[in-house]
Amino acid sequence: MAHQNVVVVGGGLAGLAAAMRLAEAGLHVDLISMVPVKRSHSVCAQGGINSVNEYTRQQGDNEWLHLDDTVYGGDFLQHQPPVKEMCDWAPRVIDLLDRLGVTFNRTNEGLRDQRRFGGTLYKRTAFAGATTGQQLIYALDEQVRRWEADGLVDKYEYWEFLGPILDDQGQCRGVVAQDMFSMEIRSFRADAVVLATGGCGLVYGRSTMSMICTGGAAARAFRAGVNYANGEFIQVHPTAIPGTDKLRLMSESARGEGGRVWVPKKPQDDRDPMSIPASERYYFLEERYPEYGNLVPRDIATREIFDVCVNLNLSVEQDRLCVYLDVTELPATTLKKLDGILEIYEKFQGDNPRVVPMKIFPAVHYSMGGLWADFERDDKTGGMVIGSPRNHLSNVPGLYVIGEADYQYHGGNRLGANSLLSCIFTGLFVAPTIENQLTSLKNGSSNDAPASLFDGAVAEHKQQMADLIARNGDENPYQLHLELGDSMTRNVTVVRRNKDIESTLSKIAELTARYKHISLADKGNWTNQNFSFTRALGDMLLMARVIAQGALQRDECRGAHFEPDFQITAPDADDPATLRKQATTWCQSFKKKNEQWLKSTIAKYTPDGVEFSYEDVDTSLIPPRPRTYGLKGAEIIGEVWSEMLAAADSDKEAKVGT
Amino acid sequence: MLCKNRRQYDAKELEAASAAIIAMAKTFTVTVQRQDNPHGGKYSESFELPYEPGMNMTTVLQRIAANPVTSDHQTSAPVAYDACCLEEICGACTMVINGCVRQACSALIDNLLQESTGPIDVKPMSKFPVVRDLVVNRKPMFESLKRVKAWIAVDGYHDLGAGPRVSVPQQEEAYPLSRCMTCGCCVEACPQFNDKSSFIGPAAISQAILFNVHPTGSIDREHRLEVLTSPGGIADCGNSQNCVKVCPKEIPLTDSIAKAGRDTTLYKLRQFFGR
Repeated sequence: MAHQNVVVVGGGLAGLAAAMRLAEAGLHVDLISMVPVKRSHSVCAQGGINSVNEYTRQQGDNEWLHLDDTVYGGDFLQHQPPVKEMCDWAPRVIDLLDRLGVTFNRTNEGLRDQRRFGGTLYKRTAFAGATTGQQLIYALDEQVRRWEADGLVDKYEYWEFLGPILDDQGQCRGVVAQDMFSMEIRSFRADAVVLATGGCGLVYGRSTMSMICTGGAAARAFRAGVNYANGEFIQVHPTAIPGTDKLRLMSESARGEGGRVWVPKKPQDDRDPMSIPASERYYFLEERYPEYGNLVPRDIATREIFDVCVNLNLSVEQDRLCVYLDVTELPATTLKKLDGILEIYEKFQGDNPRVVPMKIFPAVHYSMGGLWADFERDDKTGGMVIGSPRNHLSNVPGLYVIGEADYQYHGGNRLGANSLLSCIFTGLFVAPTIENQLTSLKNGSSNDAPASLFDGAVAEHKQQMADLIARNGDENPYQLHLELGDSMTRNVTVVRRNKDIESTLSKIAELTARYKHISLADKGNWTNQNFSFTRALGDMLLMARVIAQGALQRDECRGAHFEPDFQITAPDADDPATLRKQATTWCQSFKKKNEQWLKSTIAKYTPDGVEFSYEDVDTSLIPPRPRTYGLKGAEIIGEVWSEMLAAADSDKEAKVGT
Repeated sequence: MLCKNRRQYDAKELEAASAAIIAMAKTFTVTVQRQDNPHGGKYSESFELPYEPGMNMTTVLQRIAANPVTSDHQTSAPVAYDACCLEEICGACTMVINGCVRQACSALIDNLLQESTGPIDVKPMSKFPVVRDLVVNRKPMFESLKRVKAWIAVDGYHDLGAGPRVSVPQQEEAYPLSRCMTCGCCVEACPQFNDKSSFIGPAAISQAILFNVHPTGSIDREHRLEVLTSPGGIADCGNSQNCVKVCPKEIPLTDSIAKAGRDTTLYKLRQFFGR
């Protein structure tokens, strides 16, 4: 067997998990990352990582319920077999991390402690202080460094992925990347390429994401023919600290540990918040959602905060929208567990959140959508076939997608503490697939591919760079980015209306035209960050189009995609008979909506523009049901829906009988 | 100059500072040490910026990138700098601001304007080769982590059940050490870490201790102690204690160094007496 090489692009949790697992299998890995991998965006994850555990099991929890919470929280938009596989593996993933030395918080007996997160009633979340993402990525970074010392991993840090290299059969044979210091552009041959390049929050200007999360890598793969799915599903995290350069995450764990969200009942009450008595505070999440309280799923918490500030005019401040997130009542031992995130607030806002309630507001946080990736269903288990050549393979042979960059697992809305799990799980799980694939290469190793294929790709990217540097108009890339972020944030986040989305699409078209007249302040050929940003801006404009167009076409409410014009009217009658009638109408509308829209959006790049199509969702394990958190008449809707399902089933049986 | 990282300002001080800022016609000046490439000469440029509430040093560098015009109205190139998370958890944006090494993201302009009356002074770290402007190459720090085998040599990544039990005090000892982001503040402030010495530095010593105290990590304990007793190891520490003062994560680096001192002494004694 010839020397085989895998290129992994991205050194966050997913990329590192893949690299270490591939190296363990004896495969050589070139790991390409824009930043030293230890500084990847995964460090920002705070709260924890989910799995069923012995504690929750004894309360009746199991992997099936983790699957159920995940797909219900995601509004049934995810294919269920991959989610089942992930939830089944979750306890073992956490065990592995534990063996790798992750400093998980402990109970008195020395076992892993757990906390509760949004969208579930169980304490499934293992955590390491309030810097779980950092602690997990450090453990994986250490393992990859071990393989690096053994010569099985070569790191290319401060290298930027420019695009995949496809041969004339459409097989991916490697990538082109650029050294961000010397600006050298070169090719990397690969028998398999794994993209683990994260989300695209910078399309919105400021978000909770890191400066590298432009979606640039995804856009470059998209241009080369990899489809992009469910782009319009962007999670807006309910609690972030507004800032001039970015919106800093305030973890859900603040609420998981007992933090409460409230506003003064009197609009813009200027009293010291600590002196406002409980009777004059509106704990709106607790009042509206008695069961989940402050721990409703993220899309719902976000919309409620938005509603209270915008529609009820109860924002704490006059000129800036925000609500209180209050941990001042928590005991010192609990606050200690939150030190990591409370320090962030203190450091960046100057107030001590242990004695003064924090002021927070929602911010763009996570891309549920991403590059399209396949899976093979295991009919015996309902999960995935381990090692199947299809798992995590994109529509381009030889190119795999994992982590936040793929579109699987989270559907219309991601549950807190499921992203660290999906990133590590997919990184580990893609390895046997690639291992199997490399032992049965049809077209031989990438070493057999002609040099001209690689030289041609490098020449093309050098030309594109020269063209961009040669542009000489009067447009400023940073100004265009600002305008893009403003328009996307205003119209394509929490509350979406088609006419607003259309205006953003026109804005994107205008910005795309102006982009042609851009001028770089730095035209040099050494560590040119100005160039790198401007190239990524072109990619962000493309991603923005995919997100906004997808949102415009989806005429429904699902998970994070909320269009009030297409909301099904909630039952509101007090009389039981009328209420039942309303619930029946509600369920009929819901059924009709699912027939049309329980589908993944698939965007395809063509030279003439982006084409959209829709893919059926595999709901073979858990039948979709109304997501009724906090809805009046939730109970009666649930009842009517069960009856409708039962009736449909008996219809089917009757037909089979005849 | 060495500064304590966590100076707390009281309300009165802040009020006075805000008043001073408003009096300054709402602009302020930043002087940046520049260098076009690793072989180029150093020079400095000043930029005058409009004041924005809540601004930090990364915002300043973003504003300069968008409009790289110096105080004397010359168009320059944007200042190159490292930045990633902007939450002081990735360690990327470490630089020397007003003479103190720290992260640009958590360096709030309100506080910086209080520190001195002149322009805010920004320089790259001095202990690493400059790539361009404020970007330096911190690869030597990552190489040191390799030398001390800063990892746990598990048998494999297949399922072998949970890791060893860890008591609450053990976790509370390990977690702070494990928050090291390899940012470079400690080595920048360390007088022993320089061109003329091969000193491995406080961060790597502390990581060696972190893995030595872990039940499974201790498999490589002797290797780590051997590295710490060889040239560039613990004996090169001059006990200036600067590292612990500048660490943004308040890692008890001097405790780690003290522990490394005790452990290496015992290790050498045992070796001498044939264990």
